[in-house]
Amino acid sequence: MWQHVLTIFIASALINNFVFARYLGLCIFFGVTKRMETAVGMSFTFTAVMLIGAALNWVIYEYVMIPYHLGFLKIVIFIGVVAAFVQAADTIMKKVAPTLYYKLGIYLALIVTNCIILAVPLINAEEHYSLFESMALALGSGLGFSLALIIMASIREKLELADVPKSFQGLPISFVLTGLIALAFLGFSGMITL
Amino acid sequence: MYEQLSTLLIQILSQAVNIFANKLVPMVGVGGSVETLEKVPWEYVVFGLVVLAALGIVFGVALAIVAARFVVKTDPKVDQVRETLPGANCGACGFAGCMGYAEAVAGNPDVAVSLCAPGKSAVAEKIAVITGKKAEKVDPKIARVFCQGGTSLSQRKFIYTGVQDCTAAMLAAGGDKSCEYGCLGYGTCMRACPFGAITMSADNLPVIHPDKCTACGKCVAACPKQVIELALASKAVVISCHSRDKGVDTKKKCQVGCIACGICVRTCPVDAIKIDNNLARIDHGKCIVCGLCVRKCPTNAIRDYIPARPRAYIDPAKCAGIDVCEKVCPVSAISGELRSVHVVDQDKCIGCRMCESRCPKKAITMVETAAHAVAGKPAKALEPVAV
Repeated sequence: MWQHVLTIFIASALINNFVFARYLGLCIFFGVTKRMETAVGMSFTFTAVMLIGAALNWVIYEYVMIPYHLGFLKIVIFIGVVAAFVQAADTIMKKVAPTLYYKLGIYLALIVTNCIILAVPLINAEEHYSLFESMALALGSGLGFSLALIIMASIREKLELADVPKSFQGLPISFVLTGLIALAFLGFSGMITL
Repeated sequence: MYEQLSTLLIQILSQAVNIFANKLVPMVGVGGSVETLEKVPWEYVVFGLVVLAALGIVFGVALAIVAARFVVKTDPKVDQVRETLPGANCGACGFAGCMGYAEAVAGNPDVAVSLCAPGKSAVAEKIAVITGKKAEKVDPKIARVFCQGGTSLSQRKFIYTGVQDCTAAMLAAGGDKSCEYGCLGYGTCMRACPFGAITMSADNLPVIHPDKCTACGKCVAACPKQVIELALASKAVVISCHSRDKGVDTKKKCQVGCIACGICVRTCPVDAIKIDNNLARIDHGKCIVCGLCVRKCPTNAIRDYIPARPRAYIDPAKCAGIDVCEKVCPVSAISGELRSVHVVDQDKCIGCRMCESRCPKKAITMVETAAHAVAGKPAKALEPVAV
């Protein structure tokens, strides 16, 4: 079983990386990678929200939705749970840890409607993962997204100095870069066969 | 033949539909499909409604409790100040963004209201009203470029073809310019300016537009050669050179560098200029912005940022012929017999304003040159011009 958990973790972080293999979460990916500082801040917040959100959703799915045959309400309920949890975290953090709030708080609002945050509980539900497996998927996806953010931020900081043709400046060249990194990530695809 | 074709087409189509229905649909999207039922039992609908309503109520109550339990009291002054500030988040005040300054100025009695450079005195007055503090007069600053040696006037050590950015050029043996104190001219300051106040001239020198510059200091931090400094906007005469090389060396490298000849030091009527380390610097506390040094500098290293200096004009009705102005004029532009009306030679006058304050009868006013040249003599519309 632990081998399976590890497999899920590595698969979600590298092989099925949400940005480079599934093309999800691109809005945040392009939004916060202009500077390394914001990318790192986003990575921490994102992974934490992902873990807690996936755990909450797993409990609700397993003990409320399956017994009452409410699988068709997955999307609505998962979004609601994540939004409520993030809003509560936002309020509590503002009071308890204001410094942390001013550093990471702005990212919380961005995360609420993020597609990766929604995709992880949906995959957990679809694959009917156990709690450990769900956590492995959440952690793997969070770290995989962090990896994507940090790779992209370090490249884009260097890109500032590059002589990019005018029509490619800004987002276009970033999309080209993302495509190239996605090609590189394709190299992981044969590593584990699920 | 026609029938054969149509049956073949129908076969292909039905096969495609079959493949689509059987295999592809369950794989569409992340999270997969939803189980399909022949008939939906009515309990499922009720369960759905009840569970959604219950979750909604639980989350609503939880959020309400959290909001009440972890409430953060904010000073209404902070929001008022925040709305007054320009919101450029330039950091010129020394705080992290406009919000940081709003909190500091509302909460801390020692923080001055005049720190917002883009807002200038108008914002300072408004903040003073909100916070009940006293507004000091803001003497606005502006970014000044301390180099005039553009591509055509200065020498290059080598031809640089790398990344067109000063910071990058700096890595190549300190840049391609012979003068190690001069502007590299690749426009890093222009890109750093959040207000679009810097453009690059044809000679690859930054030009600062005074109406847009807010003295936020971003360009000062961005320039790897420290060519840009913040200076008081009212002190418009500036020695536009940072070269601390010996005069001979400076002259070899740049046609408009300060060669520390000392002519400006001797010319200055108020002893505001000193030469230190092969470079003349103006003490802006003493400088009266007369512009005499600008004319005398042999290499034109001193710049006058007043575009058209107003010339002195003596009102014949008030002039009592006291002769003080004639003696004080550094360029002998004023002539006239003792006890008779004096006249300013408009071609000689350089607009230094030294006579203006010395006239006991207050007969001398400064008038705009362009209008004066057209009218020949001062017309009614000519008002004294403030610098």
